Amino acid sequence: MSKNIKLISIVLFALFSFFILLKGLDKSNIYSPEIKESNVDFNFKAKYLFSEEEVFINELLNNEGMSLINIWASWCSPCRDEHAYLLNLKSLNKLSIIGINYKDDEKNAKQFLSELGNPYTNIITDPKGINSIEFGAFGVPESYLIENKSKLIIQKFIGPLDDKAFAKIINIVQ
Amino acid sequence: MKKMKILFRLLIILLFFQNYSLAETSQEVDKISKNLRCLICQGQSVYDSQSDFALSMKILIQNKIDEGKNDEQIYEYLKAKYGEWIVYDPEVNKNTILLWVLPLILFVFGGILIFRKVSIK
Repeated sequence: MSKNIKLISIVLFALFSFFILLKGLDKSNIYSPEIKESNVDFNFKAKYLFSEEEVFINELLNNEGMSLINIWASWCSPCRDEHAYLLNLKSLNKLSIIGINYKDDEKNAKQFLSELGNPYTNIITDPKGINSIEFGAFGVPESYLIENKSKLIIQKFIGPLDDKAFAKIINIVQ
Repeated sequence: MKKMKILFRLLIILLFFQNYSLAETSQEVDKISKNLRCLICQGQSVYDSQSDFALSMKILIQNKIDEGKNDEQIYEYLKAKYGEWIVYDPEVNKNTILLWVLPLILFVFGGILIFRKVSIK
C-alpha cells in the first residue's frame, strides 16, 4: 500500500514538473515591464543631431497631441526596415516624431538620413546610451507613443515597427 | 639587498594594478551592477556583461553616484523604469510568495520525516 502511494506521488511530481516546464517553454523570454503610469523623467538634456545646441526633452513635447519617440542608429539594420513606417507616419502629419540617435557616429547618422529620408521632427543624440535608459529602453530600435500633455507613455514598441504596430499607432492617433 | 630588490619590484607591480583597476570603474559601480540583471543578455548580471545596454547602465550608475544618490535610490530608480525583474532580489509579494515560502515548507517537511524515522527506531 505504502509502495503504491510512493509510486503515485513520484508520478504526480514528475507530471507536475513536466507541465511547469511545458508552460515555461511557451512563455516569451523577452521581458517587458508593464507601465501603468509615466515613470519617465523627461527633464533631462540632450544635444541635437543637426546643431551643437542642447535641449530638454520636455521642451520637445510641448504641443498638443502625441509624439512618437523612436530610438535608432545607422548601424542597426532593423532600423532600416522600420524606416518606411516612420516616413509613412510623418506623411500623415498627425504626430511629431522625435528621434533618439543611439550610440552612433554623427556622420553615419546624417548619411543614413540623406539616403533613406528624414521622418523626424527633431533628432537628439545619445552617444553613451544614457538618455535611452531614462525611457526604460533595452536597445535599438524601440518606439514610444507619448501623449504630450500628460507625458504618459501610451504604448511601447520593442523592436522594429511592423504592420501591426503601425495600425495600432494610427488607430490611437486618429 | 636582493630581497629588497624583489620587494621593490613587487610594490611597483601592486601599485600598477591598483591604478589600473581604479581607471576602469569604481568599486561602487561594480557593487551595484552585480545586483542588476542584464535584461537583454539572459543569465548575466550587468557587471558581467559587455553588451551596449550593460555598458550604458554602468555609465548611468556612475552618474547617479556622482549626483549623490545612494544604492537604495539607484535600485528604486531602475525598478521604476524596468520593473522588479531588474534586481536580483525578489520582493515578497503575491507572485513571489511561493518562492520564499517553499524552501521553508520543504525544510519543515524534511524535518518531520527525519524525526519520525528516528523515533520509530
